[in-house]
Amino acid sequence: MTSIGLQHYLVVSSILFSLGLFGIVTRKNAVMVLMGIELILNSANINFVAFARYGNFGFDGQLIALFVVILAAAEAAVALAIVLNIYKNFSTVNVDEIDKLKE
Amino acid sequence: MQQVPFLSLITFLPLFGMIIILLLPKSNEKAIKSVSIIITGIQVVLAGMIWSMYNYSLGGINNQATYQFVEKFRWIEIATVSWLGTIKVDYFMGIDGLSAPLLFLTALISFIAAISSWKIDHSLKGYHAMYLLLVTGMVGVFVSLDLFLFYIFWELMLLPMYFLIGIWGGPRKEYAAIKFFIYTLFGSVFLLLVMIGLYLSATETLANGTKVFTFNMIALMDPQNYTQTGILSPLNPNNLRFVAYIAMFVGFAIKIPMFPFHTWLPDAHVEAPTAISVILAGVLLKMGTYGILRLNFPIFPEITQQLVWWIALFGAINIIYGALCAMAQKDFKKLIAYSSVSHMGFVMLGMASLNTAGISGAVFQMFNHGTITAMLFLIVGVIYDRAHTRGLDDFGGLAVQMPIYTGFVSFAFFAAIGLPGLSGFISEAFVFLGAFSNVQIRVITVVSTLGILLGAGYMLWTLQRVYLGKLNEKWNKLPDLDFREYAMLVPLAVIILILGVYPSFMLDLMNSSVNTMVTFMAKSQTFFSSIQF
Amino acid sequence: MNGSNLITLSLFILFAPLVGFWFTLILGKKVEKSYLIEIVISTLVLLTTIYVTFTKLFYFPDTKFVSEFTWINLGEMPLLGKVTVELGMMIDNITALMLFVVALISSLVHYYSIEYMKGDKRYNRYFAFLGIFTFSMMGIVLTHNILMMYIFWELVGLSSYLLIGFWFEKDSASDASKKAFLVNRIGDLGMFAGILLIFVNYHTFTFDKIFMAIGNGVLPFNSEFWLTIVGILLFCGAIGKSAQFPLHVWLPDAMEGPTPVSALIHAATMVAAGVYLVARIFPMMTGDALLFVAVIGALSAFIPATIALTQTDIKKVLAYSTISQLGYMIMALGVGSFAFGFFHLVTHAFFKAGLFLGAGSVIHAMHHEQDIMKMGGLRKKLPVTYYTFLIFCLAISGVPLTSGFLTKDGILAGTFAFGLLTGNSIFAITGFFVAMLTAFYMFRILILTFHGKPQDEHKYEHAHESPFLMIAPLVLLAILSIFIFYTANPFNADSGWVLSNWIKTPASVVPEHARYSFMVPEKMQEAAVKTTEHITHSEVYTEALHHAHIPAVLLSLVLAGLGILLAFAFYQWKKIDVDALTLKVKPLYTFSLNKWYFDEFYHKTFVSGLLGISNILAWFDNYVVDGIVNGAASVTRMLSRFSGVFDNYVVDGAVNLTATFSGLIGLAFRKLQTGKVQAYVVLVVFSLVLLLLFFVKI
Repeated sequence: MTSIGLQHYLVVSSILFSLGLFGIVTRKNAVMVLMGIELILNSANINFVAFARYGNFGFDGQLIALFVVILAAAEAAVALAIVLNIYKNFSTVNVDEIDKLKE
Repeated sequence: MQQVPFLSLITFLPLFGMIIILLLPKSNEKAIKSVSIIITGIQVVLAGMIWSMYNYSLGGINNQATYQFVEKFRWIEIATVSWLGTIKVDYFMGIDGLSAPLLFLTALISFIAAISSWKIDHSLKGYHAMYLLLVTGMVGVFVSLDLFLFYIFWELMLLPMYFLIGIWGGPRKEYAAIKFFIYTLFGSVFLLLVMIGLYLSATETLANGTKVFTFNMIALMDPQNYTQTGILSPLNPNNLRFVAYIAMFVGFAIKIPMFPFHTWLPDAHVEAPTAISVILAGVLLKMGTYGILRLNFPIFPEITQQLVWWIALFGAINIIYGALCAMAQKDFKKLIAYSSVSHMGFVMLGMASLNTAGISGAVFQMFNHGTITAMLFLIVGVIYDRAHTRGLDDFGGLAVQMPIYTGFVSFAFFAAIGLPGLSGFISEAFVFLGAFSNVQIRVITVVSTLGILLGAGYMLWTLQRVYLGKLNEKWNKLPDLDFREYAMLVPLAVIILILGVYPSFMLDLMNSSVNTMVTFMAKSQTFFSSIQF
Repeated sequence: MNGSNLITLSLFILFAPLVGFWFTLILGKKVEKSYLIEIVISTLVLLTTIYVTFTKLFYFPDTKFVSEFTWINLGEMPLLGKVTVELGMMIDNITALMLFVVALISSLVHYYSIEYMKGDKRYNRYFAFLGIFTFSMMGIVLTHNILMMYIFWELVGLSSYLLIGFWFEKDSASDASKKAFLVNRIGDLGMFAGILLIFVNYHTFTFDKIFMAIGNGVLPFNSEFWLTIVGILLFCGAIGKSAQFPLHVWLPDAMEGPTPVSALIHAATMVAAGVYLVARIFPMMTGDALLFVAVIGALSAFIPATIALTQTDIKKVLAYSTISQLGYMIMALGVGSFAFGFFHLVTHAFFKAGLFLGAGSVIHAMHHEQDIMKMGGLRKKLPVTYYTFLIFCLAISGVPLTSGFLTKDGILAGTFAFGLLTGNSIFAITGFFVAMLTAFYMFRILILTFHGKPQDEHKYEHAHESPFLMIAPLVLLAILSIFIFYTANPFNADSGWVLSNWIKTPASVVPEHARYSFMVPEKMQEAAVKTTEHITHSEVYTEALHHAHIPAVLLSLVLAGLGILLAFAFYQWKKIDVDALTLKVKPLYTFSLNKWYFDEFYHKTFVSGLLGISNILAWFDNYVVDGIVNGAASVTRMLSRFSGVFDNYVVDGAVNLTATFSGLIGLAFRKLQTGKVQAYVVLVVFSLVLLLLFFVKI
């Protein structure tokens, strides 16, 4: 059994990223898409922390990870508010039906 | 020299009148008409004063000191890029024996035409404003001695003329007005080009010793003033003087109008109101020949010498061709228009002689054609006002109905065909005497004497068709002349008669200038032959 | 007595009629009797003229009075020096005689017209026109230079125009006046060309200066040929004014004017101006030029005489006879018989004016009937007219004791002598033949008018002798047609005062070898004749003339008698059937009746030709010259339309094409824009991956 190294973290983070991306692309529900975004953010967080731990960057990685967490919270709040408004206007949160951007 | 700027006064007085008219209310028609007549009347008085003060012995032409009533000051002065130097335009006016007769003619004809304008019945204000603007332009052309100023006046008179024909004219007025305008403008372009060419070729030394390019006509007449490299400088072996001469000549020839540039004239005359026809024939046509005498001849003497045969040839063509065309016309005004073409041919023939008799005859013919043709157009106007037709075959026997009018008609007709005792004879005779004295154009002269015969032919035929024979009953209600018409015709008739009996009134006026000119042309011939390359 | 006042008086003679003209014309209808101004002036002019003429002729027959002033000063002309144009007057013997003729006939016509023109609606104007005519005619007579002569030459043309066309309501009258003026202008053109030549060579117009220059050997362009040309060109003026062949066609038509006018202008004075002109320039005429003059004169004497034979309008016959007589005078001058040529001018003026006034009297009586075929038998009704007319007819036929005999025989003798000296007898033959014709046709109209039976009873009944004012001039002129006023010897005028003292052949200034040989004085004689400068002719000529005289007189008498006899035989006694004879010579008859078809010929050629050319040129002007202008305008308009189209479709099209193209591309890419966020995300990621693959070498 080998010791857990940087690569493992990276693998986990890529899996998380892929899952998040998959969620964003495939889910119809807007809330689920948001959740996908959270996954991606967190995968990035893992990467930051991992590099901070194994790289020679001091605390920078951890600091940015903290920022990202805060940002993610804020983003979630705003995004949910948007989703609520979408629902109010279109009576749906299915992203396939909301293609106003095309026009 | 003198305190009162007579020439500026006589030039800009009509402009002042125009402002008065523009300030008057539209409804006050009498006042508008009167202003126009009074202003031009004052012009006649001013012209008379100028005449009385005119010194007959001074020659002018190429000598600035012998011009009279000179007004000269710097008008535009702009320092520009180095290679162009200072752009300098003078406000330079003056008259000599060449322009003085035409100045008097312009004042007189303007006055007569203003009286004749009394019958204009719509848009009076515009008409008289335009009319006075036109008069300013015409006078300005004859008194300016600076090319730039000359050109400004030349163009200034175009615009009002366009509107006067185009708005107050006959049925095809738009066509005629546009034809006139474009044709003349076409000529002006050439004029402008040559003017700029000349400007860039000659310099004048200022008081502080610097040399600047010049528009001064008199300076341009002196070959010494040209730069070594100027495009129109005689000192430049590759100069374009010949081309420039032709271009300028064409510009003026359109105004004369010289065959084959004459076709705007019949249309413009037929459509223009009577007063404007009078101005057109009486003054405007003279600008062409005046321009040639004032600019082409002294500025390009060596080319003039080469081309006299051609000038005379075109003069002769004008004389005979115009007369023959006149003979075939059915419209009274058109007939007179073509007779103008014929009579202006005499002017060209006289100029081409390059001797005293010929050039005196030419200038005198300009004056006489002005008075006589003005009278002829007034005569057509009289009949058109009454009968509203100008067809030569529509009338007959008017002499029975309107004997006094017919008397004036015969007088004018005989003046036009050069009956001795009336002024036209003297000028035609002098033109022929002069032209015949010039060996180069002797044959052409002999051929053009046919014009005398043809002239008599169409005039007498017209006289017969319209005035003699049995009275056409349709016209048995036409009244004879009224006071206004007397006021127009009598002065002209008196002048024609006086100048016919004692032409020296006019000939003495121009004599020293004409002699100066002939001498100058002969002298420059030797000068130019000395620098031939 | 000195002659210094003659010039001043001549000024009065010249300008008084002009003043009369203006006054009468302007007062016109406003003052009822304004014509009286003219009558008074004309009388005063006549009295003055009588004084001037006879003072000159009796007291100063050898003096020439000249007075001039500078009219136009051209100053110091470059190359030529000082040039001035002078106007001036000259009174010599022929001037004085001419003055008298003009003034006398003019005033007689004035008086005559008072009655003749009565009732005309333009009565006063008629007299005004007579005034301007007198003025212009006096000007021609008095002038001392060729330019001034030309000026007045044209002015008489004007007055003739005005008077011929006096009854302008008639188309024939207005046509005739126009024709007269234009035909005259043709001649004047030639004269003007001659004047140009003179001015170019001599820089003066004054006769004396020109003659002096020629006398000093200055020839135009240094050649005698050109001197001949100058002479012929100047003579062209005379051809026009004196209605000589080939410009004679205007004079018969000019009879449309009132008859007194025909008498004054178209018989006695104005048409004689041509002869006067030739007399004036006689000294500078070369032999060739004179020969030309003589030929024209002979043709003009002959052709109209043949035409006059068949005409039936009394005035037309007289008109043709005038041309014929003028031809005589011109021919006489041409053959060097100066004195008789000019003398004939004087006598002819009197009897021809008389003939016209007589004809006027007949026409007046017959209520404006002019056809002699409708007259006849008027002798009893118009006795005074008849007898005076008879005297005039005798005079023109050259019967002894009349003035016509003196001059006509002189001319015939001159042509005879010319024939003897040069061997050229054609002029003599023409002269004698025409003399016979003249006698014939004059007596033809006399007989047809006054003898025989009335043809038109109605008009005959109403005919009556004319009033005193019309008769008196006739009688006076008839008296003047008698020899006694000219010479004491009725058979030979040489010794008479007119020829011996008054009319002298001027000395020729032409180089001697360019003259007629007989006009060169013999070298031997030259010294002897120095004192009497006027003698131009050689002894030989005088001798020949002397020899020619008797045969000429006899022959002409026989021929005139023959003519008169024939006329009586034809028309009075009817011995010869006129109609039958006419039929026999039908072609000749119609040829004469139609005046040799001159009018038709001129009309078909010159007039139609000119009008044709003018129409063609007007067409050319309208469609070609103006067509080019309008064409240029159309071409410009077409170009502008084309450039408008170009601008609209090509330039703007290119711009639009770009836009359309981008639009098309946009359309294609639009498909990608689904509006679905997820699709975008896929795209973004995909592209990112691609970019990474591309840029980052893994």
